[in-house]
Amino acid sequence: MVLALNVFALLLAIITTTGLLLYRDWRYSLGFLAAQYLVVFWLCQAHWPISMAAVKLVTGWMVCAALGITQLSNSSPTEAEENSWPQGRLFRLFSAGLALVVTFALSNSASSWLGLSVPAAWAGLILIGMGLLHLGITAQPFRVILGLLTVLSGFEILYAAVEGSVLVAALLAAVNLGLALVGAYFLYANPLEEP
Amino acid sequence: MSAPFLWILLPIVFSGILWLPRNQRVVVLLGCTFVFFLTLAAWLLPIEAALQIGSFSFKLGSSIDILGRYLILTSPDRPFLALVYGSEFLWFIALAGSNLSRRLIPLGLVITALLVASVAVEPYLYAALPIQMAVLLSIPFLAPIGTRPGRGIMRFLIFQTLAVPLILFSGWLLTGIEANSGNLVLILQASILLGLGFIFLLAIFPFHSWIPLLTEETSPLTVGFILWIFPTAAMFFGLGLIDRYTWLRDLANLPMILTGAGVLMVVSGGLLAAFQRHLGRIMGYAVIVETGYSLLAIGLGGQTGLNLFYFLLVPRLLSLITWSFALGILKENAPSLTMQGIQGRGRTFPFAAVGVILANLSLASLPLLAGFPGHQALWEGLARQSLNRAFWILLGSLGLFIGAIRTLVAFSEVQEGTPWTAGENWFQRLLMSLAWAALGIFGLFPQWAQLLWTKLPAMFEHFLQ
Repeated sequence: MVLALNVFALLLAIITTTGLLLYRDWRYSLGFLAAQYLVVFWLCQAHWPISMAAVKLVTGWMVCAALGITQLSNSSPTEAEENSWPQGRLFRLFSAGLALVVTFALSNSASSWLGLSVPAAWAGLILIGMGLLHLGITAQPFRVILGLLTVLSGFEILYAAVEGSVLVAALLAAVNLGLALVGAYFLYANPLEEP
Repeated sequence: MSAPFLWILLPIVFSGILWLPRNQRVVVLLGCTFVFFLTLAAWLLPIEAALQIGSFSFKLGSSIDILGRYLILTSPDRPFLALVYGSEFLWFIALAGSNLSRRLIPLGLVITALLVASVAVEPYLYAALPIQMAVLLSIPFLAPIGTRPGRGIMRFLIFQTLAVPLILFSGWLLTGIEANSGNLVLILQASILLGLGFIFLLAIFPFHSWIPLLTEETSPLTVGFILWIFPTAAMFFGLGLIDRYTWLRDLANLPMILTGAGVLMVVSGGLLAAFQRHLGRIMGYAVIVETGYSLLAIGLGGQTGLNLFYFLLVPRLLSLITWSFALGILKENAPSLTMQGIQGRGRTFPFAAVGVILANLSLASLPLLAGFPGHQALWEGLARQSLNRAFWILLGSLGLFIGAIRTLVAFSEVQEGTPWTAGENWFQRLLMSLAWAALGIFGLFPQWAQLLWTKLPAMFEHFLQ
């Protein structure tokens, strides 16, 4: 049962990170991000008490709420295109596929190194890989924040297996919230910009 | 009361109070006074020793417990605290002339307190998290509301954030090494992760691109503060790691790696500075060169290396404050900070122009200026090990020197008949004159900085063994 749920979490991680990469609409993006935090919560609770793992979920959804409210308060309905090359959906899908293959290749050794289940290790690595990919192909502040949050989410899954400190959990939650506030600040600073 | 409360928590609380006054002068006055007293306290108050004043007895504790972990500041940390808060005092005075000081001073205070926390936190590797929080707080510091965040700010945020996972993971590996010190695979893994983390944190080549971008995009004064406080805190964090972990000190390749990275940064930064057309970017590359010098000093190892590392701090601080403040004046009064934009400003803003040139020349190691004695001692130390390295370092300084000469030429290009005027206000003239004097005095009497750097090595007693 637990393994099945871990595999489900892995599939959800693949769907959400690929979705974040493919869809430009901020509503979809934040929906994917919120679902991503469910994955983080589930995979962290295997190593942490559920109350502590819930912090990840609550923080993550607060992050989504902060970004969403800021986006809602922006008036411009138009969608600005990314100026940098490449921007095709096919390209992003192909690079996402590459990231999946690379992270799958690494997941076995990461699993034995960190003492995690393979689905959890792969999910963590996928989030890190896709987050880095995201950072590599965008320069828009909102997208950059999504990329950084994704990388940190992946790291938190892997790190939960080796570190159970309350202080670290609190500080990481503060870092996530801080990133969301920075994202909101960027969006506030550029009210005409839409991802 | 405890030392972490006084130098970490109290500044954070006080920065909140500083948001309340609407009058900018009140904020400047309160901020400067508070930071001055923190500096004075760091210099005078002993930690974990009773202080008797008449019938009143007072003892400053060294640690506080937060969620099961500790913030610890001991007596050997006091010179570091004096350096950090003393330098902040100077930056705040420079910021006093800026319209943004009401926002910048409270933010600067929190950023500094968090960076002090990064040196105080136990376990030590958790330092990456307070540093990351300071990075997040520096975003509103660098990008005022209403301005579009540029590529420099985005890269700064990305690279500094990427350092966090790497350093935290290496912390986990380090605990493994402590338990099993002969495990070479573990040592290799920890070294790679730690090295990568520091490459991001210290903006070591090739992840240094955000520095010139940032100095081009944002206010010189704010970016100057960030480029002083972050690399300094990161260097102390790195030195602390070397001091704490025996296997890291014993790593045979460590001096070679540090020296190699240092040479690369000095040469690349210096040579690129020679070809820049923007004054802010030249300052950015000078900061890269200075980071390289610090790495070279640590790479020399032992008492000499550590002393040189400290010796470089005061001239760097003075040069950066002078350079940033002067560029800030020019940015307000010139169309841009490009060579074309500042043409002829030497005659209309002579105080700022001379400040830019002197600061640049000081970091380019011109004799009689503050940067020279430290750099000269470093060259000497390096030349004893390898003449090749010393030559390359000289080339880097030459690049900075060429940058200064090009700036001087641009300042001097005036139309005939343009009269000499001083466009700076009295406060700017006063600060610039003091800055010139300081650059000259520390060039002529470098031993005056000894007050500070002779006490700093106590922080890293194992490093010297």
